[in-house]
Amino acid sequence: MQTDLSVVNVIKKFQDFTAVDSVSFDVEKGRFFSILGPSGCGKTTLLRMISGFFEPTGGTIEIKGKNMAGIPPNKRPVNLIFQNLALFPMMNVGQNIAFGLERQNEKRSVIKRKTGKMLERVGLPGFENKKVDQLSGGQKQRVAIARSLILDPTVLLLDEPLGALDLKLREQMKIELKTLQTQVGTTFVYITHDQSEALVMSDHVAVMNEGKFEQVDTPRNLYAKPLTPFVARFVGENNQWSAKITGIEDTQDERVAMIKTPEGNVFKTIFRENLNTGDDIDLFLRPESLLLEPDPSIETLNRFNIIVKSILFDGANSRILALLPESDREIQISLPQTRQFDHIQPGDKIESGWSPESGITFPREKVVP
Amino acid sequence: MKSGIRWGLVIFITPVLVWLTVLILLPQVDMFIMSIRAENELGEMGFSLANFKLFFLEPIYWRTFARTAIFSILVTFLTFLITMPIAFYITKVVSPKFQGFLSVLILMPFWVSELVRVYGWMILLRESGVINHFLIKFGLLNKPIEMLYNDATMITGLVYTSMLFMLVPLLSVLESLDNSLIEAAYDLGGSVWSIAVRIVIPHCLPGIVSGSIVVFMLTLGNYLTPNLMGGKNGLWFTEQIYNQFIASFNWNQGSAFGFLLLILSSAIIWLGLKLTKQRLGKVVQ
Ligand SMILES: Nc1ncnc2c1ncn2[C@@H]1O[C@H](COP(=O)(O)OP(=O)(O)OP(=O)(O)O)[C@@H](O)[C@H]1O
Ligand SMILES: [Mg+2]
Repeated sequence: MQTDLSVVNVIKKFQDFTAVDSVSFDVEKGRFFSILGPSGCGKTTLLRMISGFFEPTGGTIEIKGKNMAGIPPNKRPVNLIFQNLALFPMMNVGQNIAFGLERQNEKRSVIKRKTGKMLERVGLPGFENKKVDQLSGGQKQRVAIARSLILDPTVLLLDEPLGALDLKLREQMKIELKTLQTQVGTTFVYITHDQSEALVMSDHVAVMNEGKFEQVDTPRNLYAKPLTPFVARFVGENNQWSAKITGIEDTQDERVAMIKTPEGNVFKTIFRENLNTGDDIDLFLRPESLLLEPDPSIETLNRFNIIVKSILFDGANSRILALLPESDREIQISLPQTRQFDHIQPGDKIESGWSPESGITFPREKVVP
Repeated sequence: MKSGIRWGLVIFITPVLVWLTVLILLPQVDMFIMSIRAENELGEMGFSLANFKLFFLEPIYWRTFARTAIFSILVTFLTFLITMPIAFYITKVVSPKFQGFLSVLILMPFWVSELVRVYGWMILLRESGVINHFLIKFGLLNKPIEMLYNDATMITGLVYTSMLFMLVPLLSVLESLDNSLIEAAYDLGGSVWSIAVRIVIPHCLPGIVSGSIVVFMLTLGNYLTPNLMGGKNGLWFTEQIYNQFIASFNWNQGSAFGFLLLILSSAIIWLGLKLTKQRLGKVVQ
C-alpha cells in the first residue's frame, strides 16, 4: 500500500510552549484517519502544519514521499476544511466550488462541468447560483467539502467540520461523510474531540493528549485495549476504581491478578502491564462489561453488591447509577432494554458481576501536585 | 406612550433639521439664486444664465473643472492603492499588540493643521529644502532642483492629506474580514493577487467606497494644498471660485461655479456607487 502522508517526529513550539510534541504517524492511500483529542491538545496546530500554514519547529512531513518543508499552502497537494468552513460569502455556491479550479487556469467549460458534477456528488445538484447564506448548516458542510474535493487532493484534512451542527444532523453527516470518502477514495485526515465521530468513521484513530499521541490504533482496539489511562478515560465511558494487587497467578496464556479495593471487594483480573504484588493500580470497567444480577452458575465472575441510586433512561444507552454499600463510590452499569430488568427500582440492593477478561488495569498514576 | 415616542423623535430631529436648513439648505438656495442672476446690458440685476454660459465658453474654466475632477479621481485611487496594503498590514499581519500603536502613529500627523503639514512638505521639497540639501551633500545632484509647484508634488500632498480618511473605514472593514477566508483561498491555490481581487477587495468594498467618497469630496473641495503646492499653470477649481468671490468680487459668477462643483461631485459619486453596485445608505453606515 502506498503511503500518502507520513509525519515523522513533528514538533511545534510557540515560544516556550510545546503545542505538538514529537508526533509520528503514517496514513495509507484511501484511508480515513482520525485524530481524537480534547480541546486545546494541538489538533488544529498539527493540521495546520500538514497544510502548510505553520512551519514545524522540528521533524518532517512527507506527502506521497515528497518532503513538504518550505512549500506554501497553495502549492501543496492537500486541502483543508476549516473548523468554521470558511465559505466565501462574496461568491455563490458555484463560484465557491470553482475557485480552486480557476486558480489552475482550467477552461471555463471544464470548470462548469466539474462544478456541476461535484455538486451532484455531494447531493446538491443545481445549487450553483444559491448564495452561501441561503444554505443550511449541512449544506454548507457539503459545499465546503465539494470545494476542496474538486481539486482532487492527495489528502483532505478536516478540522472538526461537524462541530457546528446539531446532534441529529451530525449523526447523519457522519455516515454521509464516510460514504463519500469510500466513494471518492481520497485519503482523509479528520480531527475531532468527539469520540463517536472518530470511532464510527475511521479506519485508524490517533488519540492525542497535550501535544502527544497516546495511541494509534483501530477503533475496536482503542476501545477494547486502551494502552494508557488517558485513552481508557477518553474513549468510551469507563468506571475508574483504585485497587491494590494482593497476588499474581500466571497461567499459560495470561496473567491474572488478585486485587483488593479500598471498599474491601476482592476481584480477579487479567493484566498486560508489568505489575507486581503490592502495586497500586487503577482498574477500568466499561459500563457494559458490568452485568446485572448475573446467573449464579457462572463461576469465574467477579461479584459484588450494589445499591441502585438512580436509573438514567436514555434508550439503548440507558444506565444504572449505583453505589457500593456503605460507601460513596459511584458505579455506572449499562441497563439493557430487554424488559428483563424492569423490576429494578432506586434503592434496591442487587448483585453485579464482571468477567476477569474485561478488566483494564494500569499502574496507579502519580498524582501531580 | 405613543405620543411620547413621537415627542422624542421631534426633540431629537429638530436640531438636525435646523442645522441642515440653516447651514446647508439656505446657503445653497441663496447660492443657486445668485448664480442665475446677472447684470444685463443696462447694468441691472435680473434672471440670466450668463454665469453658466461663461463657464462653457471660456476654456480656462471648464478645463480647470475637468482637470480638478480627473485629478481628484486619480488622488482617490492613489490613496486607495497606498492605504489598502497599510490597512491590511495593520489588521492582518502585525501582532495585535502593535495594531493600536501603528494606528496612532498614522493618526499623529493629523493632530497638526493641514497648513502646517503642507509647510512641512514645502520645507522638505523646496529648492533650498532638506531633500535637495542631502542630495547635493551626497553628490547625487550638483545643483538644487525645484521639486515644488508641479502636479506630482501636488498629488503627493493631496494623497498624504487624504490617507487618514481612507485608512479608518478600511481598518474597520478589514477587521471584520475573517482570516480563515484568506487562508481558505490560499489553501485552494490562490495567489496574493487572486486573494486580493476575489476575497479581500469584495469584502472591503463598502469601506473602500465610503473612504473613496470622503477622500474624493475632500480633494475636490481642497483649497490649501493645490494652492500652496501646485504649479502656477495648474489651477484647482476651488481657486477659481475663490477668485470670483474674493478677487473679482463677482459673487454671482462664484455661486455658479460653486453650484457646478456640487453637481460634479454628486454626479461622480453617483456614478461610482452605480459602478460598484453599492447603496449610499449602506456605505455610510
Ligand atoms: N499561534 C499560536 N500562538 C501561540 N499559541 C498557540 C497558537 N495556536 C495555538 N496555540 C496553542 O496551542 C495549543 C493547541 O492549540 P490547537 O488550536 O491546536 O488546539 P485544538 O486541539 O485544535 O483545540 P480545539 O479542539 O479547541 O480546536 C493551545 O493551547 C493554544 O493556546
Ligand atoms: Mg482546533
